[in-house]
Amino acid sequence: MSITGLEVAGQGAAAGEAALDADAAKIQGRSQWQLTWRRLRQDRVAMVSLVVIGIIILLAVFAPAFVAITHHPPNIAYPNQGETAAGNPVPPGTAGFWLGTDGTGRDLFIRILYGARISLFVGFVTTAIGTVAGVSIGLMAGYFGGIVDTVLARLTDAVLAFPYVVLALALAVVLGPSLKVIIAIISFFAWAAIARIVRGQTLSIKEKEYIEAARSLGAGPFRIMVLDIVPNLLAPVLVLATLYIPQAVVFEATLSYLGLGIQPPTASWGNILADAENFYQVAWWYVVFPAAALLITTLAFNLFGDGIRDAMDPRTERLFAAGRARGRRGRRAKRQVLADGSESDMSHAAPYVPPAGGS
Amino acid sequence: MALIGFLIRRILTGIVVIWLVTTGAFFLFFARPVDTVARQLAGHAATPQVIAEVTRNLGLNQPILVQYWHFIDGLLHGNLGYSYFTGESVNMMLKQDLPPTISLVIGGTILWLVVGISVGIISATRSRSLFDRTSNVLVLIGLSMPVFVIGELLILFVFVPANEHGFHWIQTGYAGISQGFGTWAGHMILPWITLAAVQAAVYTRLTRGQLLDTLGEDYIRTARAKGLSERRVIFKHGVRAALTPVVSQLGVDVGQLLGGVVVVEVVFGLGGIGQTSVEAIFTDNLPVIIGFVILAAVFVVVANIIVDLVYALLDPRVRIA
Repeated sequence: MSITGLEVAGQGAAAGEAALDADAAKIQGRSQWQLTWRRLRQDRVAMVSLVVIGIIILLAVFAPAFVAITHHPPNIAYPNQGETAAGNPVPPGTAGFWLGTDGTGRDLFIRILYGARISLFVGFVTTAIGTVAGVSIGLMAGYFGGIVDTVLARLTDAVLAFPYVVLALALAVVLGPSLKVIIAIISFFAWAAIARIVRGQTLSIKEKEYIEAARSLGAGPFRIMVLDIVPNLLAPVLVLATLYIPQAVVFEATLSYLGLGIQPPTASWGNILADAENFYQVAWWYVVFPAAALLITTLAFNLFGDGIRDAMDPRTERLFAAGRARGRRGRRAKRQVLADGSESDMSHAAPYVPPAGGS
Repeated sequence: MALIGFLIRRILTGIVVIWLVTTGAFFLFFARPVDTVARQLAGHAATPQVIAEVTRNLGLNQPILVQYWHFIDGLLHGNLGYSYFTGESVNMMLKQDLPPTISLVIGGTILWLVVGISVGIISATRSRSLFDRTSNVLVLIGLSMPVFVIGELLILFVFVPANEHGFHWIQTGYAGISQGFGTWAGHMILPWITLAAVQAAVYTRLTRGQLLDTLGEDYIRTARAKGLSERRVIFKHGVRAALTPVVSQLGVDVGQLLGGVVVVEVVFGLGGIGQTSVEAIFTDNLPVIIGFVILAAVFVVVANIIVDLVYALLDPRVRIA
């Protein structure tokens, strides 16, 4: 963002420096997002995670296509081909069931795909709601200060400190478990961590000279917040949001596992795993495949989120420069840069957030 | 004197918090139609008269504020009420459910602290080594795993094969320590590992990050310049300062977990505080729910007070005020 500022300043310079400006424009032509993307592309782990996330999304979106191929709708049981004589699930590869069947003779693969639809939907929607709410609340608390800040900050602390598993369970029972209620509950716990970070960042940004400049030009609070502060918050918020998605996925799975989330027969990874408990002895695939789906999804999002954080960290540019100069030893340079005590906004962008599933 | 003033203030605010949480839980319950409880108790084919009578017996026909007053009155006399279904005293239920929960939390805490802190220290002092990179990957896997998935996988790949091969020490469910230490530990070992797996990941990350930050401080350079041995620099100057946030996190976690390790207890059928409260939630058993919510809130509040005290003791820069 500051780079864009420099560019504007350069364009406004005296005509005699026009040649110099042209050179400067060539060098400064990359926005922060382009820089971030460039660094992210060099991060192999992050790119693999991104591909994995892409595949999972495609599988979820095209789940009906797989139904068309296998002719096994998600909620239809096949008592004859899909169950052994003893009424147990059949193993993977039997009778066109790629990953075997579940406890009632339904196609496990198809049900896992439909579970992915729920998980990803809940993950993205709750994160979006939580992010918008968190940014708004943090922004108002940080910008206005005073009584607004006191009330909103205490509210944030209260939500962060609450034993949320028990409250979430109680809410799910009182309101009756449904997709809407689950989204409401998970969103409710999503905003607080984001609001706290945004508030802190806003407090420091609002003291900057360009905010003063905007105010002296007559910009109102709303305009300053949206046009001058929010763009500077995007980086930490994007990292927090990416890292919240897997937590939301785990949260939904846990609620569904406890019977308070998505209700059968609708498939969710949580309720599939809860059912699988009854077939430990006879059907390993019934536990292993949904568990793997859950783990791969959350791990991919966590790795990708870590990658974005590293790529957005202004310190990383120096690291990459050092890395190129010294080959693999450049990694050691990172440790020294990190250890020299230099602080950046990003280093505090991802605070400790407890695992969403609770224990 | 400052300490006593601090304690009085914190205890008073703690009581307010507990009251708020309790009241919140009480009124949240009444967001539902009151006769759902009576309907469940009275059975399937109950006539409206029977339902009305059950409602009257439970005192659920009185105005909410009157019921609230009775509830607060009982609470101040140390009586948390009686279960709607069994008539059992909630105080007794809490007493029965504490041992499994406490066993789980204490054993799990020891396990995750030992693993988390030692791996964190080794990772930080050998940053970017093979060990560090491996542990970073494992930490991320631990953070990505839902607790119940770890529990289920342990049951599938440890408990089931072990018992099939005649190795019956590892069990699910809960056995009190009075049945022998070995039996108790055999029942608790998988829950401990499950609880510790996720928490150890959190603590490894926390310890490593804090220690790396601390090792970059000027006073560490000074300590090295004085000629202290590396071991002394790391443990005496580095780890001691780095562990302060770990201690505060520990207090919060233990407080929260004592109030309800719901998932681990449900997966292994331990029947502690968490599992009972979930069952109570399912059956609208208001006195039991509120009893457990109060207990959870008390644990969290007490843990927070202890954390602030310990923090001030460990870190001379923090003043109690």
